[in-house]
Amino acid sequence: MAPARTMFEKIWDRHVIAEEEGETLLYVDRCLIHEGSRHTYDKLKRENRTIAEPDKIFAFSDHYVPTDPKQRDTGVEAIPDEKIRGMVKLLASNATSSGIHFYGIDDPQQGILHVAGPELGASIPGILLVGADSHTSTHGALGNWSFGAGASEIFHIMVTQTIWQRKPKTMRITVDGKLGFGVHSKDVILAIIAKIGHGGGAGHVIEYAGSTFRDMSVEQRMTVSNMSIEAGGRAGMIAPDDKTFAFVEGREFAPKGKAWDKALAYWKTLPSDDDAVFDTEVSLNGAEIAPTVTWGTNPETAMPISGHVPSPEDATTADKKAEIEGMLEYMGLKPGMALSDIEIDKVFIGSCTNSRIEDLRAAAEVAKHGKAKIPAWIVPGSTPIKHQAEAEGLDKIFTAAGFEWRAAGCSLCTALNGDKLQPGERSASTSNRNFRGRQGRGGRTHLVSPAMAAAAAITGKLTDVRTILQGGK
Amino acid sequence: MEAFTTLKGIAAPIDFANVDTNQICPTEFNKVPFGDPFYPKVLFHYLRFNADGTEIPDFILNKEPFRNAKIIVADRNWGGGSSRESAVYALMFFGVRCVIASSFGDIHHNNCLQNGVLPVKLPQETCVKLREQIHADPGRDIAVDLEAQTVTGPDGEIYRFDINPVPKRCLLQGLDAIGRTLQFKSDIEAFSKKHHDEVPFLAQPGAA
Repeated sequence: MAPARTMFEKIWDRHVIAEEEGETLLYVDRCLIHEGSRHTYDKLKRENRTIAEPDKIFAFSDHYVPTDPKQRDTGVEAIPDEKIRGMVKLLASNATSSGIHFYGIDDPQQGILHVAGPELGASIPGILLVGADSHTSTHGALGNWSFGAGASEIFHIMVTQTIWQRKPKTMRITVDGKLGFGVHSKDVILAIIAKIGHGGGAGHVIEYAGSTFRDMSVEQRMTVSNMSIEAGGRAGMIAPDDKTFAFVEGREFAPKGKAWDKALAYWKTLPSDDDAVFDTEVSLNGAEIAPTVTWGTNPETAMPISGHVPSPEDATTADKKAEIEGMLEYMGLKPGMALSDIEIDKVFIGSCTNSRIEDLRAAAEVAKHGKAKIPAWIVPGSTPIKHQAEAEGLDKIFTAAGFEWRAAGCSLCTALNGDKLQPGERSASTSNRNFRGRQGRGGRTHLVSPAMAAAAAITGKLTDVRTILQGGK
Repeated sequence: MEAFTTLKGIAAPIDFANVDTNQICPTEFNKVPFGDPFYPKVLFHYLRFNADGTEIPDFILNKEPFRNAKIIVADRNWGGGSSRESAVYALMFFGVRCVIASSFGDIHHNNCLQNGVLPVKLPQETCVKLREQIHADPGRDIAVDLEAQTVTGPDGEIYRFDINPVPKRCLLQGLDAIGRTLQFKSDIEAFSKKHHDEVPFLAQPGAA
């Protein structure tokens, strides 16, 4: 009898071309890129190489596009910053001249690569997908192996449709139990990162298992796998099930007709075998997870909103003490203060982590309970999501509550398109990274779920969303 | 890429853990073209320069002799976060060809190897000890020998490190991956055909 395998091992085995000196050459089914791929295209030109299989490459204008609706309506030439405009135009010319799939600033299917990619059916179960972005781990929520790579490895994929890898270790993170009122998938992944640490998943492919994930929608699962990289894991995956198949079916690049039937039969064989062995096992009780926020400058500083800012004196080692001191100074916080006393200057609801329709619905539900006291941006993850939200009337709920309704892109998550925090400004953000300077030089970021971000907008400080939903109108 | 054989020179201690690629290369510099004359200023830009472009004198890389560092001795979890290869270019154009740390972010580690920058993993206590020695006597060199897989500390103590055989060979010879892969061209073509035949629904976007 064949040995038991994990889902990762099944996908790995399916893609092996050759092995040499402990490294394996693997076939890459899909490759996703964005404007940042200028370094890859520069290299293609410098070395006079051509793209092997352009129909496997998908490019998206997302990192540099403006999200100010007025600017977007007037098109690419209206982008005021010459360098930013140049990046948007450069991808357009590189992508169209090389014959790859391209979703530019004006395309009705434009969006963040990890939001628009699944919407297009460019990511489906069972494939090996590599993206020019560390949050490519998002796609693993559909039951595939997806990871991010730098410009040189993307160059290698474009030229050869392959990548060399050493086989990573496997980690299974099992979360069972029903999530409490006001608790979302973002809180689950923040709690996981707080438990295993910012580097805890390094060298591993993570599989998320257990009833908590099975109960989630595909969109919610994407929030979890998205942040695998924030725990150091290059990839995260969740076994495909009927929800996954329903999500994929009918999308433009999903299999169709007879191919769909064959795909479905194959995909049902993908989940890890019952007796498959993982190198590392971690488990959490989903019912114990609370609405969560980060206080410091990496995602492992996540804690329940009822918590307090830690003190350097709590540290057990000298370097941990110095790290806490450094974070407190950068974040402008005092040891022992209640997280719910931290005043916020700006709210950002968006990013490849939390900009899908359910995220916007969850935020709108909270926005119904008050008015934004501080600037609060809603940036949908894709143009189709923007339109869907408008069809559902969510934009009206947001604007009535004083939130700003914007166009689709990466925006204030990565602060490349000109949307950024000013030095010392503090955000409650649904994005994935609270690193120093991530949202703009000197900016201070607290990571939260969309519901928690909307709650912060209403009160002007970090707030337990449950108090608003229970105590509100 | 430029070959890496041996390296001897000033090593700069970076004492804090979790140096993510956003700190190494702040996002706004991702769009700077490779080789641009500005590149030497990208590395740790927000820690090295004020918003008006003036230097922040307290930061280690703005102090002598570390302005000429060829090696960085860091702590744990160096290079986590974003996949930006510009973080490696920032190191290269500053003049750093080797980073010593007790652990690395996976993607950044690969990006270093692709560009002739050697990531050396040594135990945490060794990283701490090396940094203490450098602080105590900043002028002393550290030496790295890739063939022998050794680091020689400022006091002459020798530490062995591990590296996988393929990246070692590529670094020593200055080979990039494409040349190696193209030796497997017929295997790749045969696989691609088989893959499209057996699992067209995976291989072909929108297969019918």
